[in-house]
Amino acid sequence: MELRDLTVHFGDKRVFDHRDFTFPDHGLTLLTGPSGVGKTTLLRALFDRYRADSAFLFQEDRLLPWRTVEQHLLDVMPAPDRSVAAELLELVELTGEEKNYPGALSGGMARRLALGRCLALPSVRLLLDEPFAGVDLARQGRILARLKALGKPIVMTGHGPELEGYADHVTAL
Amino acid sequence: MRGPRAKNAIKLLLPLALWLGVWEFLALGVGHSLLLPGPGEVAVRLFALAWTGEFWATALVSLGRVFLGGALGAVLGATVAALSAWKAPVGWALTPVMKIVRATPVASFILLIWLWCSSDWVPVVIAALMSAPVVWSATAQGLESADPKLLELARAYRFDRYKTARLIYIPSAKPAVAAGCRTAMGLAWKAGVAAEALSRPRLALGTQVYNAKVYLETTDLFAWTVAVVALSFMLERGLWALWRLWERRGAGGTA
Repeated sequence: MELRDLTVHFGDKRVFDHRDFTFPDHGLTLLTGPSGVGKTTLLRALFDRYRADSAFLFQEDRLLPWRTVEQHLLDVMPAPDRSVAAELLELVELTGEEKNYPGALSGGMARRLALGRCLALPSVRLLLDEPFAGVDLARQGRILARLKALGKPIVMTGHGPELEGYADHVTAL
Repeated sequence: MRGPRAKNAIKLLLPLALWLGVWEFLALGVGHSLLLPGPGEVAVRLFALAWTGEFWATALVSLGRVFLGGALGAVLGATVAALSAWKAPVGWALTPVMKIVRATPVASFILLIWLWCSSDWVPVVIAALMSAPVVWSATAQGLESADPKLLELARAYRFDRYKTARLIYIPSAKPAVAAGCRTAMGLAWKAGVAAEALSRPRLALGTQVYNAKVYLETTDLFAWTVAVVALSFMLERGLWALWRLWERRGAGGTA
């Protein structure tokens, strides 16, 4: 995955100025760096470039308060399949919450639901912006291991040495 | 009865008692029921009317007319708002019509519609004309209130137009549309009864109000007016209960 001559500015602030980026199209790539350095901007630029076959997880959960947990997953599937939804809910450790609405979920559960919905999208690669905000470390590890087992290339933003331990590649901004 | 329920009952009954007292005081001051009957007199007449089958037939037919008109107007208003949001030129064409309908005095509409329709249909058309702009405006605002971040999600997750409408626009607009329908039904009720009073269909609360006025039966005039107000409250409460039921089927704790 490549981004050539990337220039992004918000008003007077130039986040990227004619920068080139290359990411391996396999394994887990972690984008790290201090807040405001442009991790989300870079991930969004990647999504714009590879939109057709990528699934993107927004930094905010963006859940629909009027849809149940299970409906969130079924809604994004081209051919809704409850057994696939059940597998994905198991992957993000939300089994048993199928009939609940987002208002009944904790912050970490809502984040995992957003991640599960992203996984339900048809895609060949995953672009995940802060997928584990509010998720405890032990659970992060278990879910990351399952994500890697899916075999899709993953580019994700995040902080912390624990995440770096799971990453195959680290890009520091 | 303790706590909040008692407090609510006091909040409802105390002002009611106060204004009934004021009414009785004024009626005693005037001293002639032809000009101003007292609340007791009106209550007795209302109960007498309520024992007749004609009263309930009149109330039901009036309610039916206004409900039909209000519902048609709500569907029309919501459809125009949805079409305007979907295709801007439709909005450019229809927005002035809605604004003109909203600004036109109801009396002008009643007299015009009366030229074109039988008296039975005048209240229906008037109720529709009164409710349509209110629901149109509420629906347009509701559709505009859809969260841009959810709309961005819909694009990123390749939702088609139908799915975006079903999952984002309609649920986002629902509260505003419900509030609009509630206001619209109140307006439709008042305008519908006024249309009945002018066009005078056979079974109609408005016709009864008009007849009571013409024959100087002031107590009847008050009794029918109290019935109109009571039915208006019942219509509003009934619609609100239906809305709550619909809402409970949507977002909540569990499905």
